[in-house]
Parts: sequence; C-alpha cells; structure tokens
Amino acid sequence: MTTLLWLQASGCGGCTMSLLCAESPGVIEMLEDAGIRLLWHPALSLETGAEALAILDDVAEGRVPLDILCVEGAIARGPAGTGRFQMLSGTGRSMMHWVQRLAPKAHHVVAVGTCAAFGGVTAAGGNPTDAVGLQYDGAHPGGLVPPAWRSGSGAPVINVGGCPTHPGWVTETLMLLAAGESVALDGYARPRFYADHLVHHGCPKNEFYEYKASARELSDMGCMMENLGCIGTQAVGDCNIRAWNGEGSCTRAGYPCINCTAPQFEDPTHAFVETPKIAGIPVGLPTDMPKAWFMALASLSKAATPPRIGENARADRVVVPPTLRKPR
Amino acid sequence: MTDARLVVGPFNRVEGDLEVTLDVAQGRVARAQVNAPLYRGFERMLEGRDPRDALVITPRICGICSISQSAAAARALGAAMGLDPTPQGALAAALIHAAENVADHLTHFHLFFIPDFARPEYAGRPWHGRAVERFTALDGGAQRSAVQARAELLHVMGLLAGKWPHTLAIQPGGVTRAPGPREKARLAATLRAFRRYLETVLFGGPLEAFCAIPDSASLMRWPGGDLALFLEIAADLGLEGLGPAAGRFLSYGAYPLAEGPAFAAGVLVAGRPGPVLQADIREDLSHAWMLGSPAHPLEGVTTPDETMAAPGYSWCKAPRLAGLPMEVGALARQAVDGHPLALSLAARGGVLARVGGRLLELARTQILMEAWVADLAPGASFMAQGAVPRDGVGAGLVEAARGSLGHWMRIRNGRIATYQIIAPTTWNFSPRDAAGVPGPLEAALEGTPVDGAVPLAVQHVVRSFDPCMVCTVH
Repeated sequence: MTTLLWLQASGCGGCTMSLLCAESPGVIEMLEDAGIRLLWHPALSLETGAEALAILDDVAEGRVPLDILCVEGAIARGPAGTGRFQMLSGTGRSMMHWVQRLAPKAHHVVAVGTCAAFGGVTAAGGNPTDAVGLQYDGAHPGGLVPPAWRSGSGAPVINVGGCPTHPGWVTETLMLLAAGESVALDGYARPRFYADHLVHHGCPKNEFYEYKASARELSDMGCMMENLGCIGTQAVGDCNIRAWNGEGSCTRAGYPCINCTAPQFEDPTHAFVETPKIAGIPVGLPTDMPKAWFMALASLSKAATPPRIGENARADRVVVPPTLRKPR
Repeated sequence: MTDARLVVGPFNRVEGDLEVTLDVAQGRVARAQVNAPLYRGFERMLEGRDPRDALVITPRICGICSISQSAAAARALGAAMGLDPTPQGALAAALIHAAENVADHLTHFHLFFIPDFARPEYAGRPWHGRAVERFTALDGGAQRSAVQARAELLHVMGLLAGKWPHTLAIQPGGVTRAPGPREKARLAATLRAFRRYLETVLFGGPLEAFCAIPDSASLMRWPGGDLALFLEIAADLGLEGLGPAAGRFLSYGAYPLAEGPAFAAGVLVAGRPGPVLQADIREDLSHAWMLGSPAHPLEGVTTPDETMAAPGYSWCKAPRLAGLPMEVGALARQAVDGHPLALSLAARGGVLARVGGRLLELARTQILMEAWVADLAPGASFMAQGAVPRDGVGAGLVEAARGSLGHWMRIRNGRIATYQIIAPTTWNFSPRDAAGVPGPLEAALEGTPVDGAVPLAVQHVVRSFDPCMVCTVH
C-alpha cells in the first residue's frame, strides 16, 4: 500500500479538477487499483477541521509513513517572507510552513502543475505574493527547497508541469511511483514520458505548418506560429498525441499553445496570442532547428503552398477538400 | 453571552481555503466570521498587460469555474472593443459555459456536500446505511458514478474548447473553433449519455417531470434516484430550516444569447423582483485586509494591507448592492428567473433550498444544452473579429455555477490600467461592512446548532453555498 497526501497551496485547484477528468479508469478507481491510499486530499476527503489536522500531524510527527506528497499550487512566501498570504486555515500557520514540515517526511515529492513546479501564474505580473515553486523559482533552480534537496527516495521534486496538468501525466507518474519504477526526468525535472514530446507532435495543423500557411486571426484553421503566438514547436507536452477531454487540445480548438508546461510561461514578453517579430520574421524557432535552414525551408515551402492549403488556412473550416486520387 | 469561540479549519471540500470563526452561546452560533486566508493578487498581475492577456490569466484564477472567468473576461473585453459575438458564436460559448456549470453542480453535490451525511455521527438514522453505501467520500457508489458521468460530459470541452479547465476558445467575438456536422452529432450523443445518467442515477425520473415540480412540498415527494435519498435525509434533519437566507437575491442573467439571457437577470428582495442596477455596486473594505475606501469596481483598487490589521479579518472585500449584501448562486438565479419551485424554496432559503435550487438548475440546463446543440448551424460564422482600442472601458457580467461574476476593466494606452473582479463567493462569503452588517454566510450561520469538534450543521450550511474561495481571493 502506498500512502499519498495532497496539499493545495497557492493556485486555482484546476489540476485536481483536471485529474477528476481521468478516464478508463476514473481517478478514484485508478488510485485504488494502483494500491494508493489517499491519506487526505482537500477536495475529496471526508475529514475536515480537527480531523484533517490530526492526519497532517500524524504524518509530520512520523506516526504515519508518507510515500508520496503531492503539492498543487505555488508557495506564497510573502508578505516579507512570512508566508502569511496563505495560512492553512485552522492552524495559525502558513502553508509554506506546512510544506516545509511535511516534505522531509515524504519518500517522493510531486509538484502537480506549473505553479507548484515553477511558480506559474501565481508568480505572474511582478509576483505580488512572492510565490515560488517547490524546487524552482521560475527557471532558476532553488524554490522553497534548495537545488540540492532530495526526498527520501533520493530524487528531486518531480515537476509535473502543465496549466493545468493532463490527468494522464499525474496518474501515470503516481502509478509508476507506486509500482516502484523510476520516473526519468528532463532538465527541469519533468517526467520525460510526456516532456520528451513537443506539442507540435501530432498537431492537426501540421500540414499548414509544413507550408507556413498561417492563420491571420483566431478561428482561422492555419498554423498559428507565424502570427498568433503559438509555441507548440518549442513547448514540451504530448497534448496532441493523447487527447484532452475526449478528443481536444489547445491547437485542435483553434487557439495557440502558450507553453504552459514551462517555467515562466506566464510572463512572455509579448501578448500571448501575438507572435513577436523582428523585421517581419517571427522570433523563436522550432526546437532543435538551425536558423538558416529554417529560413530557407520556410521561404521555399511558403512559395510552394498548394492552393488548397493556402485557402483552408484562412478559413474556419475546410473549404477546399483534398483532390481525389483514383486507383491506377 | 459567548460560551466559547470555535475556529473551524482547514475547511475542506470547498474550492480553496476557508476558515470560519464561531462565537457560540447556548449551543448555537451567536456570531460568525468568515475568513478567506489566501491572497494571490490577480488584479495587480493584470495591470500593464495587453488587454487580450486577460483571457489567459483570469481563467487561471479558478480551476473549477475557469470558463466563467473566460466568459466574463471576453464580455468585458468585447464591451471595450464594441464587439458582440456572432449569434452562433454566442450559442457555442453558452454550451461550453453550461457544460462547466452543470459539471460544477454535480461535483458540488457528490464530492463536496453529500459525503457529510455518511458520517458515523448519523449512524442512528434510518437512512444512514444507504447514505454510507451511496454517499461515502471516495467509496460511495453515487460519487463514483458522478465522477465518471462528469468526465464524459466534459467531452463537450474536448470538442468545442480544446480542454478543461483553462481554455482560450471563448473570445469577445465568439469561439475559436467552428463545429461542423459531425461535432454536432457527437455533442448530441454526449448529452444523451449524460441525460441517461441523470435520469437513471441522480434523479431517477424524467428531467422534464422534475422541472415541473411547482413547490417545495411537492419536491419532498420526488420518488427517484439518489435525490430521493437526499430528500429523505433533508426531511429527517430539518435541512429546510437550517442556514436561512436573508431574502435578498441577485443574478446578472445567465447565458447571453442573441435573443437575451437564457436565465433572466434581476434582483429579488423580500419576494419583490427588480432590475440589476450595476452602478449601485460598491466594494466595502472596512473588514478586509485591504487599503482604500468603498468604491464601484471601475474605480476600485486592490492594495493588500500586509500588516493584516484589525478590524480586518479576511482577504475578501465586501460587495454591496445599494448598500446591501446579496446572496448569489443557483437558487438566486432560478428564483430571479421566476421558476415556481425556486421561488417556493427561496421564500425560506436554507440548506435544502440552495441544494434544491442547484439540482433544479442542473436539470433545466441539461434541457437547454440539448436545445442549443440542436440549434447549432454548421457553416455559419462562429467568431467576429475586432480590434482592441487604445483607450476604453468594459464590464463583463456573467453567471458562474456559484453565482454572479463581474469583471471591470479600464484600458489606457493599449494596456490594462485597472482590472477589478467580484466573484460569486465574494458576495456570499463577504465579511462585515462599515455598518457591521454581516455577509450572507455569516448571517445564515447565526443560530446554527453547534455540537462536537466538527459541528455538522455548520458544515452543511457552509457547503450549501458551494463556496469557491480561490475565486474570492483572486
């Protein structure tokens, strides 16, 4: 049996809401089947007030072993380093204090969502509450705990970045940990099973991308990289390989990828839905693409755009279907 | 006269952080103080940004009413742009929004509210065994079916909004994805499956029959589904009389379509309907840890008092309409819309009325969503285009699951100059105002019986409001 304690720090609770969208099986059955016992979750557990505090105290005092601590939401350190912008109600203590007290007891610590991992939207716009991630402050190592900190298992905080997280990213991380498997992590400590993919992989707009047939306005079907701020060619995530909520993804719904799995996505230097350009050329190249080659291929493919693709790129639905191929 | 002071927290199974301080006299709440113990400063984060960024940032205030925040931001921005959605764009946006609201009502009933009735403290009651079987947190059959039905209902989001929560699909001019014929067919199938769940499990009867219930006495005779078990519990525990409302209800009107809102806008004060005069809204800061004076949200600022000085006791401001606190939510919305059952329930307010109002709305909204899908016109325009002005002002008033949500923005030099938000729970869980008048929850808690370390009646009253604290403390 694997024990799991879930805390909601400074965030929107959306990663839990997304987790409840897990299917085949649903999240409650998934935890059960993986042998995970939920000690307490603020949205799902019966225990409230003194009952909940007793559970937290049992873990903090080592009376109940804690295998996995999940923290959702950033850690508010303000005002003036007191953490009082988020008090854990009924305790007279800050959430910062509670996470500092509980994290050393955990065999694994999982930061669920970009806020818990890096600060995320909670740290946006001048960071009014001095919020940080558990082990990162934006892209900089060292958040609530220092870069060299390790949980009981010897691993750093596992950063399941995403705003929100896909239910599969969280459930699969938990299932791997419960099974005693190691979770390979990338350079920002995100599980590689989803961070080795780019949002671009499997994007239905790939044919438009190939020809740089671009959408000019939101609701156009074309590629959103050139004009509408889409950074799916640079953002990690398997969003277009496994679907969201049945068959969705951001780019499938016609709006740009804003790189929500990454540190500091919340404060781009431009409007989210507008691609920054220098002399008319978009800043920011697809990951691992040499600039000169990208420029050469882009101008070549743009010139070669078939009329079907060019017309569809600027429509909100397919207006020109593919040419019929007849068997020879 | 106070016998004891009780601090109830962490108050879980609400969205976000909540602490309730109760002064108890003769075994009942004499005075309640509701504290939102988290401050995040979203309004400050928005200042200086491109106005379109509000569509990315504000949904992330709240993971449970993310779409409501999208809808309010899109409306506020659209008002500043002088841009209305196309009729079909408004219809698709309403569908997306309604799916969230329905999912939220389902989540509230099964995950947040009902598990308390499976507590061992109720072991002597005739219904307790069935409540344990159906309503136990994590294990109850009703809870598990609801989580599955909700996940499948939210396929509406996969089809229309990309993902849930936190979509950018809702824009001032409509929606970014134009559904075609096969999306329309798939949406209809998803809704039929959800109706099957509602009619066989939760309601145990036709939704139309439930919506035809004329008054609260008839409601108590509803025979089907998990709902009948809840009604049996409610009758046994007297939930009708617990946590009464002050008789002041507000709704901005839900789902603005080309022909008007699907649920009407208005106020209902002491049973008398009236219009919403949004110019009469003020946010009082006397008991909030905020600096400044009472202001209309277009003039308001958010400056936290980092010393958290008394008499402040919450990060939540105290909104007032013409000087009075207002209760918002499904009960308010359905009563303002004039539904007979809701009017009958609202006459007394209370735990049963709030939960009943939510279930009534769940049934009515399912029927609306089915009609909207039938009205989808593939091939029509789902989004109008426009430009953000250099200077402008806009308000976006919508109805979230939990009640009236307003965004007010000022644009100067192409940037957001001020952005103020009044969330539903800001209304319901507001602290006292300068005149010492308590907020709706604080008032509703007065007189509630208190017994044991976890006073159950207090739990029922607080959760009957379906608080969303993360919205409150944006």
